[in-house]
Amino acid sequence: MPKIRFLLTDGAELAVEAQSGRTLMETALENSVPGIIAECNGSAACATCHVVLPENIMSALGPISEHENDMLDFAEAPREPGSRLSCQIKVSDALDNVSVRIPAA
Amino acid sequence: MLHDVDHPATAIPGNESSIVIVGAGQAGLSTAEKLRANGFVGSLTLIGDEADAPYQRPPLSKAYLLGELERDRLKLKAEDWYAKNRIALRLGTRVASIDRGRRRVCLADGGMLAYDRLVLATGATARKLPQAISRGLAGIFTIRTLADIDALRPALETRGKLLVIGGGYIGLEIAAVARGLGMTVDVVEATDRPLARVASAETARAVEDLHRSRGVTFHLGRAVSELLGADRVTGARLGDGTIIAADVVVAGIGGMPQTTLAAEAGFAIDNGIAADAYGRTGDPFIWAAGDCANFSLPGGALRMESVGNAIDSADLVARNIMGARQPYKPKPWFWSDQFDLKLQIAGLSRPGDTVVVRQGAGPGRSHWYYRQGQFVAVDGLNAPRDYLVGKRLLAVSASPDPAQVADPVLTLEALASSK
Repeated sequence: MPKIRFLLTDGAELAVEAQSGRTLMETALENSVPGIIAECNGSAACATCHVVLPENIMSALGPISEHENDMLDFAEAPREPGSRLSCQIKVSDALDNVSVRIPAA
Repeated sequence: MLHDVDHPATAIPGNESSIVIVGAGQAGLSTAEKLRANGFVGSLTLIGDEADAPYQRPPLSKAYLLGELERDRLKLKAEDWYAKNRIALRLGTRVASIDRGRRRVCLADGGMLAYDRLVLATGATARKLPQAISRGLAGIFTIRTLADIDALRPALETRGKLLVIGGGYIGLEIAAVARGLGMTVDVVEATDRPLARVASAETARAVEDLHRSRGVTFHLGRAVSELLGADRVTGARLGDGTIIAADVVVAGIGGMPQTTLAAEAGFAIDNGIAADAYGRTGDPFIWAAGDCANFSLPGGALRMESVGNAIDSADLVARNIMGARQPYKPKPWFWSDQFDLKLQIAGLSRPGDTVVVRQGAGPGRSHWYYRQGQFVAVDGLNAPRDYLVGKRLLAVSASPDPAQVADPVLTLEALASSK
């Protein structure tokens, strides 16, 4: 099981065991990670599950859909090069030990 | 009462206190989670009448019905989360009554639970067809719970003819899924357009056009007078005598706030359980959150059936139980997925609002609503950027110039800085 390190807006780190095949958003919700609200339950409709990933793993996560790309442009926290909606990312070994930052709005 | 510091109901509940939440949907679960997040250390019980642990409802009529999302992934929390957070989850348990005098709830199985604070998050139920119309036939479904969908799915696997009664969001989402499965789909709607009570005429027309283009047949301005068949439903007779053949019927005729328990406990019921702007009912020890709560706010009473409202009002109630004293500032927003349309709505538009259409460079467009010159709501139809900019402007009560909104050359970035 990949271990994922959520970096919270207050600087704290919350490391959780994630189940492969689930989404990163589902992993965050199950573990009550603060700052991941995910109001639309993974429909990419609300942008309240915005996370920032290290740029060097972006390509391993597959392409961003046009819809997600548009949502990120005007998410509440400003878009960064590593920005993604965590509901659109499947947990895999590529995320093992990766730091997933919750951006401050 | 909220500011009466001597009243026991205004004390912040501590480690000797017990909080009971009735209703284990999104609102009940969020209330429990936020009570812990806001420092409540006492005993916490979450009671649900369904067999399943708290799960996401929105995917039921979309991805889950299509088989794209496994049952297990609907769960909002992992199994061990409840124990880790010391939340006693009591599933398949119905609350029979509330004894407000002794501050305890009586369970249908005979048990009793004392509370220092009680939160009613009883949700809403799907309205059922009157017996005179449904005649007790098999093959008729409503859409609300996981059990409802588990019952419906095998019926759809016959790939026959689906009749949807009611052209609201649920009905149209089911219609889109069924067309995707190759079924013949008829939608009967009593008013003259789909989404009549829940979307503007402009947005409803666009959605109707989409469904028609995908082969859905609408019967507007007509009602079902009777479903036909001996044991199983075989069709419907409409008010004008039209007969429609059907193998499966889905009634999407609205939700009703679940208020029986509150009514029997003596609370006034008016489109839900009346709550003040802080989420408190007429009993200072009892609070209400989510679909069942009708909040009394400066702009009038507001009851909403949406995930956003469930999460936000649960957060409010949890904070206020823990002494925050914050009034509810709702940020209404909704979404619906039908075919390849993603509809996103922020704010509450009303008939009579002025509509400004923004046609983007791509296939998407957005509808912007103005009331007495003030921007009040936005609908994005495959236009997520427009939607998010509108939502952001609504949050700060900004009102963009309608001429600029309608100008496709003006960028959204420029619009986003409107005052």
